[in-house]
Amino acid sequence: MMFKKWLSVIFTCVVFVGAARAQLVIEITSGADQLLPVAVVPFGYNGVDALPEDIAQIVESDLARSGLFQPIPRSNMLSMPSKESDVFYRDWRLLKSDYVVIGSIQKLTNNQYRIGFELLNVLSQKPVQKHSSIDVSARNFRDAAHYISDKVYELLTGTKGAFSTRILYVTAEGDKRAPLFKLQVADADGHRPQVVVESKEPILSPSWSSDGRDIAYVMFRNRRPNIFIQELATGKRQQIAQFRGLNGAPAWSPDGKKLALVLSKDNNPEIYTLDIATQKLERMTNHYAIDTEPSWEPDGKGIVFTSDRGGNPQIYRLDVNSKRVERVTFEGDLNTRARMTPDGRYLVTVQKNDGNYHIALQDMKTGRVQVLTETYLDESPSIAPNGSMVMYATTYQGKGILAVVSVDGLVKYRLPSAEGDVREPSWSPYFK
Amino acid sequence: MSVNKLGKFAVIGLSAAWIAGCSTTATDTDSSTVAEDAASTEQANEATDSSDQAFGAGEEGALTSVIVEETEATEETAMDSLAGVETVFYFDFDKSIVRPESREALAKHAEYLVANPDARIVLEGHADERGTREYNMALGERRAKAISRYLTIQGVAASQIETVSFGEEVPVAFGHDSNAWQLNRRVEVRYE
Repeated sequence: MMFKKWLSVIFTCVVFVGAARAQLVIEITSGADQLLPVAVVPFGYNGVDALPEDIAQIVESDLARSGLFQPIPRSNMLSMPSKESDVFYRDWRLLKSDYVVIGSIQKLTNNQYRIGFELLNVLSQKPVQKHSSIDVSARNFRDAAHYISDKVYELLTGTKGAFSTRILYVTAEGDKRAPLFKLQVADADGHRPQVVVESKEPILSPSWSSDGRDIAYVMFRNRRPNIFIQELATGKRQQIAQFRGLNGAPAWSPDGKKLALVLSKDNNPEIYTLDIATQKLERMTNHYAIDTEPSWEPDGKGIVFTSDRGGNPQIYRLDVNSKRVERVTFEGDLNTRARMTPDGRYLVTVQKNDGNYHIALQDMKTGRVQVLTETYLDESPSIAPNGSMVMYATTYQGKGILAVVSVDGLVKYRLPSAEGDVREPSWSPYFK
Repeated sequence: MSVNKLGKFAVIGLSAAWIAGCSTTATDTDSSTVAEDAASTEQANEATDSSDQAFGAGEEGALTSVIVEETEATEETAMDSLAGVETVFYFDFDKSIVRPESREALAKHAEYLVANPDARIVLEGHADERGTREYNMALGERRAKAISRYLTIQGVAASQIETVSFGEEVPVAFGHDSNAWQLNRRVEVRYE
């Protein structure tokens, strides 16, 4: 038994090796005007040995990071119930907490735990979510916490939570003249980073397949860009484009069958689609200007892309069937690298105004444009699968970092890394 | 037919270059540092079969260190006639027009390439950090192609030239100011 315990410790270490060092740390810079007060009480536990993670702490951080909630500090709590029958609602009314999350952890076997939780409405004194439980192993504690956060978020906001999602990003570490590029995957809160691939040559444009199993990215080899697709779980990789010239900006179609990409093999950058199963390549644009940065509309019928065919780079929409092209953005000195929210309502771009590059949001119904950020050299916007947040790359204190802004522009936070430059975030879809 | 096309490019290129020719600042020291990098030859490291690589597997096909590259470059005896000729050419913001001061050095490269039809060059285009990465990949390529056109107009065979873009991924200056940006908006000529 002693031996088994020791084994599990080693296993945990292996999983987190190389991870904690480069972890992204969240700094919230602004939140919504009206925050919903919620208390996440430390979960009860029937065991004696230490738990791998503080579930309540993770849930609290998740909710705080969404910018919609005001967690009640633990030090203010008058009691720490772990089941509803132990809750004195007046304690929580005193603290002006509208909701309380309570829970308990039960050790089932050496490595299996049952985590129960409830969400209570302080005003009505009734559960919003009755006791519910999940069984997890020690290494999945963070997953359990994010699952609870997703539940709470959905029950209180009506929008599906995106705390259980992940992010891809690229780091450049070491000597600036010869950095080591790493494509990494981490939880959406920056925890548990793992290196997917590393190279002394540049890596850029990571993107997820619609089911989150596969990724595509651009990596240089022998000083030339190539497009790879890779299965995340196995690391199995396929080189899918190595034409002369550009091989760039891979973007998976919503049905997962095609990849939009940019090739300049026929002289200048054009948008193509590649049928992954048949390897059939189809040219989608035909213009002497730059056409790049394709991104599929959620229904797969259109592709938005960047083109400087009108003089300055702006966003255009390509109808996949007819290949007809129409201009979409008109405000700002330029707009590049568009991404559409999952409901198709908003278009997020990198917009340049008076020499500054910021993340902008265009309402596709009304045409209204709002600049969301005021950070420096913003680029690479990527939208959470619930459409609530945009993660992007920016420059802060001379370093490349990731930052997040809500689509209403009210909530902002940074994910600075301990070392190196961080760039090119790509927010995963929901996992099945 | 294609001669006509090229002629048009030349006229556009020259007049535009004349218009754009005012703001040229790169100092000698700066550009020579860059030039050493550019003269580098790469390790002849063939990309191996790509599938079945595990998580975090190291990549082959990487650059050798700059020091090794410099040594190799100086050993290129056949290129003596190009000794001291500039190999890095700079561009204006969001522009891909060959500057007038680039012409003399480019003419020498062209002369060498015409005299040595077996010689091959790669024109590596770069952009500064502003703007999005894939757009900058396209912009870097456009710059490399502008140099390529300039050379082919001088008689260099298109088959001797390959254009590649690194976008904003491989800067040589690391500040976030106009000096650094100017040094990064460049095309490097690399003899294969």
